[in-house]
Amino acid sequence: MNSTEQLLSYPRLDPLDPVSLWRGMVWLRSYDERAVALQRQGRIGTYATFWGEEAVQVGALSAIRHSDWMFPTYRENGIVTLRGLPLERAWSYFRGDPGALFDPREYGCAPQSVPLASHLSHAVGWAWSRMVGGHDDVALAFFGDGATSEGEAHEALNVAGVMKAPVVFLCVNNQWAISTPVSRQTAAKQLVDKAIGYGIPGERVDGFDVIEVAESLGRAVERARNGNGPSFIEAFCYRIGPHATADDPSLYRSSVDEEHWRSMEPIGRMEESLIREGLLSYSQAKAYKEAVRTTMLEAARRLDRLPRPDRSWLGKGTFASEVFIGGLTGEEVLS
Amino acid sequence: MTMVESLNAALDAEMTADDRVVLLGEDIGTTGGVFRVTADLLKRYGSLRVIDMPVSEAGTVGMAVGMCLAGLVPVVEIQFDSFAYPAFQQLVSHLARYRWRTGGSVSMQAVVRLPFGGGIRAPELHSDSPEALFCHMPGLKVVCPSNPLDAYSMLRWAIRHPDPVVFMEPKRLYRLNRAWFNTMPEIWDGWSAAIARQGSDATVVSYGASMHESLAAAELLEQDGISVEVVDLRSLWPLDKSAIIGSVQRTHRLVVVHEAPRSCGVGAEVVAMVAEQAFESLRSPVVRITGLDTPFPMFSLEKEYIPSSELIASIIRKALFK
Ligand SMILES: Cc1ncc(C[n+]2csc(CCOP(=O)(O)OP(=O)(O)O)c2C)c(N)n1
Ligand SMILES: [Mg+2]
Repeated sequence: MNSTEQLLSYPRLDPLDPVSLWRGMVWLRSYDERAVALQRQGRIGTYATFWGEEAVQVGALSAIRHSDWMFPTYRENGIVTLRGLPLERAWSYFRGDPGALFDPREYGCAPQSVPLASHLSHAVGWAWSRMVGGHDDVALAFFGDGATSEGEAHEALNVAGVMKAPVVFLCVNNQWAISTPVSRQTAAKQLVDKAIGYGIPGERVDGFDVIEVAESLGRAVERARNGNGPSFIEAFCYRIGPHATADDPSLYRSSVDEEHWRSMEPIGRMEESLIREGLLSYSQAKAYKEAVRTTMLEAARRLDRLPRPDRSWLGKGTFASEVFIGGLTGEEVLS
Repeated sequence: MTMVESLNAALDAEMTADDRVVLLGEDIGTTGGVFRVTADLLKRYGSLRVIDMPVSEAGTVGMAVGMCLAGLVPVVEIQFDSFAYPAFQQLVSHLARYRWRTGGSVSMQAVVRLPFGGGIRAPELHSDSPEALFCHMPGLKVVCPSNPLDAYSMLRWAIRHPDPVVFMEPKRLYRLNRAWFNTMPEIWDGWSAAIARQGSDATVVSYGASMHESLAAAELLEQDGISVEVVDLRSLWPLDKSAIIGSVQRTHRLVVVHEAPRSCGVGAEVVAMVAEQAFESLRSPVVRITGLDTPFPMFSLEKEYIPSSELIASIIRKALFK
């Protein structure tokens, strides 16, 4: 087999088919590892790795259907490739490439949110609008443990409860916000306790267990779809990698701790159980991972071939109408 | 010393001099901040004076207001430029006008440190230049150093100053160059601009990271026999009017350079002030060389957005000396 024959398109997820969930996780892991390699090679800039959070992302995505929208953060930067955004375009975001920006309607996915918690109200607004428009679509909004401390998280959760907006708030508690442990974010015993205050259902799941995540999200999505409003899901896991490639966790946490959590990572664990149950064989697993790796390598080559943006991109997209915008040179340039 | 080190030294000096000074911010303790400006201060001053905050900009600036009411001197670090936006309410509705709202009785002796600007290949929303927003809101003083020496003397001034100061830190300069000083510089006077380079044919007014390109442009122009005076504002609001006007009266030409978007920027205020007060000194139309009126681009285009020294030099040549 030559490498082109092995190229894959992204795996389709079915919450009732554990092998499909495993495939989704392998896809994201491989995407993430390739991105870290690209960063080390200087082919992209600072990158936010999500190594170990594949189960949360895949489990959640498997629970929604195509007309449902995702509202991810920078940590879920690769999730949209499971809805068809070309891999190289997703990576080109970290090359500072404006070509990485996409139309959310094409993928049912909002742009990754950089200002923490600021996108949660967008999910509420979108979901509520769909609901009153007579659709039964659901918004899936990701946010971190750190983001729960932002005032905007409170506002979004509160208004979603009041307006019964069909939103699933998925709080990815990876226990760290850069150098700040979750114990410094909140005095609450667990983040899911916050749901009570908003009068909405809450569940806490093992974020390293893709099946558990998929099941819990499935219940929350169903509630939302049936007009029973939002839910708060806390997916408890651990940020195994650094905050981003520029971060040095040795300044603030022990490697013993990291090793402990690394041993819990979701993919190996699931692979073993699939093999034990006879749903997957070693050779199948190996072949699939190899094929995904090849797909990623090929995409990385396409990344290098993407045209570099030029000056003409500068004003692009700022306004819908044509306007003159003040320019660098003291001249006026057309947007 | 780099700018990061001199800022650190200034914080250290003020914390030693005045035990009311406390630092608040995200990741400023154990790691010393994402840029390491607060490195080692937690160890030296303890967790009651160097406070790692939850990710809550609005709450942090709001807490600073309350600390001022209780007589402390809070110095807030906002992690990156655009993360000041969630705190805008507290900055402009409270910090800026608490004194006014208490009939002039309570001063908000607080500093909000804000790393800002592009040029470090940072992700989206990590490269904004929002200084004009703060200049426009009455009650805040806005200052911006362009070198390690000024960073030290200006930050010490800001912490001692009775009014709230937004302290803009051009992060592109954080580690760009070092300054050597045997004795630490004097504390700044709180208003004066600096004539960073003397010249006779044109005045370039700039601040922060753009000072770097402005000075380099002046070098380029010197090779063409054009002598440019470069004024470093240091205080963006209020403006050191006499320094600016004095320079324009000597050179008769005015160019303003900044990285922030062009319209309603700090440059517009400088130009308007000169038009009001020294119109007859001008021998040619004023020129603004600035960032675009667009969001700061994805970083692969940042060099196209930030005015370069070559661009500044060529515009000055063309516009003023045709
Ligand atoms: C409003 C805002 N403030 C600060 C930051 C800087 N910042 C980026 S990530 C981060 C920590 C976020 O932690 P968490 O929400 O737990 O998400 P994680 O990074 O762990 O996925 C901080 C403080 C930001 N992006 N937005
Ligand atoms: Mg986290």
